[in-house]
Amino acid sequence: MLTETMILSFGGQGGVTAARILALAAVSGGKYAQAIPHFGAERRGSLVRSYLRLSDKPIRRHSSIKKADLLAVFAEKILRIVDVNELLRDNRQIILNTKNEDIKNKTGVKCYCIDAAGIALNLNLVAAGWPIVNTAMTGAMARSLNLSIDSVVNAIKQTFSGKLAEVNAKAAEIAYREVRLCETF
Amino acid sequence: MRTLLTGNYAVAEAVKLSRARVIAAYPITPQTTIVEKLAEMVEKKEIDAEFIRVESEHSALAAVYGSAVAGLRSFTATSSHGLLYMYEMVWWVANARVPLVMAVVTRTIGPPWNIHTDHTDLLTMRDSGWIISMAENVQEAFDLTVQGFRISEEAGLPFTVGMDAFQLSHTAEVVDLPSQQDVDAWLPERRQPYRIEPEDPVTVGCIGPNEYTAKLRCNMAREMEKAKELVNRVDEEFGKSFGRRYGGLVEEYRLEDADYAVVMTGAWSGDAKDAIDMLRKEKLRVGMLRLRYFRPFPQKELRKLLEEKEVLVVDRDFSMGHMGILGIEVSSAIGDITNVIAGIGGVDVGVDDFKMMFRKFADKKLRKIEWWPEEMFL
Repeated sequence: MLTETMILSFGGQGGVTAARILALAAVSGGKYAQAIPHFGAERRGSLVRSYLRLSDKPIRRHSSIKKADLLAVFAEKILRIVDVNELLRDNRQIILNTKNEDIKNKTGVKCYCIDAAGIALNLNLVAAGWPIVNTAMTGAMARSLNLSIDSVVNAIKQTFSGKLAEVNAKAAEIAYREVRLCETF
Repeated sequence: MRTLLTGNYAVAEAVKLSRARVIAAYPITPQTTIVEKLAEMVEKKEIDAEFIRVESEHSALAAVYGSAVAGLRSFTATSSHGLLYMYEMVWWVANARVPLVMAVVTRTIGPPWNIHTDHTDLLTMRDSGWIISMAENVQEAFDLTVQGFRISEEAGLPFTVGMDAFQLSHTAEVVDLPSQQDVDAWLPERRQPYRIEPEDPVTVGCIGPNEYTAKLRCNMAREMEKAKELVNRVDEEFGKSFGRRYGGLVEEYRLEDADYAVVMTGAWSGDAKDAIDMLRKEKLRVGMLRLRYFRPFPQKELRKLLEEKEVLVVDRDFSMGHMGILGIEVSSAIGDITNVIAGIGGVDVGVDDFKMMFRKFADKKLRKIEWWPEEMFL
């Protein structure tokens, strides 16, 4: 079965790397995967979409994802500028980086919350003044994508080296444990 | 080894495993990360090659022209405006009958400035005397690069690997990466019609009698004709060693019993195959003939495989004052076709588009030349 995920992030938050880490995790488990960056030039600070396809069979299509099964939103602010209903299929989920578990979810979409920025700040994962939320987000997304946390941790260790790999892997592990369904619909 | 690679990194790995000795390139999006990766490999001494930094694409191709006639396996890569800037050298290399491989990551020609895929840039090489191939996925881009060295060196003609900007160049997919040992066993030592050596000087490309040019072009045409069999043979032999065969000049997909045949090339062929599977479930007998090579052109295969089928050619390019370039080419082989022009300037065309497009074609609701999607061009 083909699962299509869209990652909405601000350029510089590591949405593309998150897609790659999750694709690597899936491939190590024998699946097929495709990680597609936002097509275009560098866009630090502006909204970017990255795509992730996972499947049991080889993936042939190469176009962008118009409607996703899973939407990962790397910053709460993004909800103010996009209509998530337009980006999601029927049987759908959002994973949202927010410190506010009481977020008023008016979208009618099943929404999982994770304080990825808080996890990153606690681990001192900061670059150019921004908390590095992408690895925590991969941990939070792993459950919805049926990926083991071990495979995600291994993919992170293939992507980074040394101390950086350890800290990022830790962020993913914490997020995997702490991701929660938002109760307020 | 089963791994995850972008199209650009896969091509860089193929160049490394093919033991290229000289790489020269000038960066241009979306090709840049191919040569960036190769530069890194040279720096880390993972590949025994010289990387020549140049001030333009014209010089990039001129540099590998020189290294290739001197007898070294050589590689360069470019896109769009870079290809146009080196266009003069494209012809020098072709007429010098020099084997080398170039990757062209297809990118729209501006203005307006645009870095996304269409196929116009690659197809400007049409008449020059290069063998021109086009990949559907990252694995095929890898495979064509390795095969390109062998085909180019056997035919005495330069070889280009085309692949779509971003859809392949920057998309990470599963790739089966062979070992160095396996590639060494498959890819013979470099051979070429002649080489320039200090002890045995020859002149290349100087002025000569007109008959000299005429004979040269005729010989190239004959060699290009022979390359058809070579491409098919190399595809088979590659399949024996690595387990992947694509069909040679063309790939057939659910074509045999099809009433409707779609002819296209590049990364979006995968989307079209998914659409074909869906339409087959709705009892529409549609199939695909995918052009893997544009030069040499597979007239014989087209005539045989498309006989008695309704043919739709989908172009990601257009020849002003006429029709899509593949449309022109396919009509020259089989006559009447319908031609859709889509995805120009990188406009995203996916599975749903193809499903609707092929259905409309079967229902005879497409014009002879149809710009897709219709509502964009009202």
